[in-house]
Amino acid sequence: MAEKEMKLIVDGKRLDGRKFDELREIKMEVNVLERTMGSAYVEWGNNKVLAGVHGPREFHPKFLRDPRKAILTCTYNMAAFSVDDRKRPGPDRRSVEISKVISDALSSVAVLEKYPNTGIDVFVEVLQADAGTRCVSIVAASLALANSGVPMKDLVSACASGKIDGEIVLDLMKEEDNYGECDLPVAISPRRGDILLLQMDGNLTREEYTKAYNLAVEGAKKVYGMQKKTLLDSMVNLEEGE
Amino acid sequence: MNIEEYLRRDYVATLLKEGRRIDNRKLDEFREIKIEKGYSSEKAPGSAFIYLGNTKVLVGISMDVGEPYPDRPESGVMTTNVELRPIASPLFESGPPREKAIEIARVVDRGIRESGAIDLEKLYIEEDRVWIAFIDIHVLDDGGNILDAAGIAAIAALLDTRIPRYEDGVVVRGEWTGKLPVTCTPVPVTHAKIGDKLVVDPNLEEEYARETQLTVTTTDTINAMQKSGIGAFSSEDVDSAIDTSFKKAQEIREIVEG
Repeated sequence: MAEKEMKLIVDGKRLDGRKFDELREIKMEVNVLERTMGSAYVEWGNNKVLAGVHGPREFHPKFLRDPRKAILTCTYNMAAFSVDDRKRPGPDRRSVEISKVISDALSSVAVLEKYPNTGIDVFVEVLQADAGTRCVSIVAASLALANSGVPMKDLVSACASGKIDGEIVLDLMKEEDNYGECDLPVAISPRRGDILLLQMDGNLTREEYTKAYNLAVEGAKKVYGMQKKTLLDSMVNLEEGE
Repeated sequence: MNIEEYLRRDYVATLLKEGRRIDNRKLDEFREIKIEKGYSSEKAPGSAFIYLGNTKVLVGISMDVGEPYPDRPESGVMTTNVELRPIASPLFESGPPREKAIEIARVVDRGIRESGAIDLEKLYIEEDRVWIAFIDIHVLDDGGNILDAAGIAAIAALLDTRIPRYEDGVVVRGEWTGKLPVTCTPVPVTHAKIGDKLVVDPNLEEEYARETQLTVTTTDTINAMQKSGIGAFSSEDVDSAIDTSFKKAQEIREIVEG
């Protein structure tokens, strides 16, 4: 991570006025697209992320089909205009890696055995990015998958913690991510407490890790509450519409 | 679906339930590590060939002069690339790196970058001119746990790296002005989860049987972590993996630096 070039904590407060353990504002919605089996839109601070699910559908190439289960593939894509310096369209190494870790996390909870020989494709479009997009994406992807009706053992919730100016804080925003000392994104299966995604880069002692991990899990559990409410509300609306 | 994988999986998992590994190692025991530094020293400024059990990886470091990143005008540049050569496994194909190669490259890169192992500030030459260190990881034989082999060989190769002479805007090949400034030795340690057991340094059969894995790269602090693969860890799993990683990394560091 970048060497420290600016103060990130002034008078005990973060640049955007948040407390150390405070999330940014989060809004979620499901069933936002017409042509997908399931979809979700999440705003998280200045992040705006759309997720949609195609399938289960025929998987290609044929020889890679799995006769025991569906193959779930997540594709994470950032819009060229989603960041300050235009991002060249198309997959780069970072997005390939994020796609893989999100696919891994979702595959850990989806009951893929129900759809042998098929593919389930989850597409994530980052429309505006402001640090923490992989957590936002996984939260959105998990909502979209639930919305599509694919059975899941649990939802996937995620949140990052990190270290700025020597303090462990929750949910880094852009400046904190750029100039902070560490970033620790965590995704969990909230009911079981299992860790489905864990990445870390920067500098943490053993003790700082434990503190940061616990903080991230607390954050993810709050996000889980919002995800559940979003899905339940969407069911209520469905009943009223009929 | 890979048939060999399918057939070997149960055997490894069943054996491990009795606490035994297929090659009789202890759960926290690495395979034998042999490192040959300067393997391609005639041409490459730095290199290291590693044998991690059956896994064979050659890392070459190239040094070139180029432009710094606009946001770090006074800092050198490092890049990491992994080539899973088709010779290394019947499952690898020619062509540009895919997600497995990219993930390995990025996890190795993070360990080196975040620990500050390469003192990039010292790679500044003049305005708009800095040294670029290319870490090229050439995987030659996949006996399992390519990631640790790649990460260990990468830092070994960096410790071996010389900086070429740079005169009148030209890099003079084959003449050296000093060593690459390396400040510490980050070591990745990968833990595979098989059933409810964690084993370090999974060999190929254990990779077939594993659900998921966690890599922890440490110096005197934790510098990078990556969970990879479908499946879950408990927080106790991760705590124990971190503790083991610090211990194992110290043993491996002595081999790398020796």
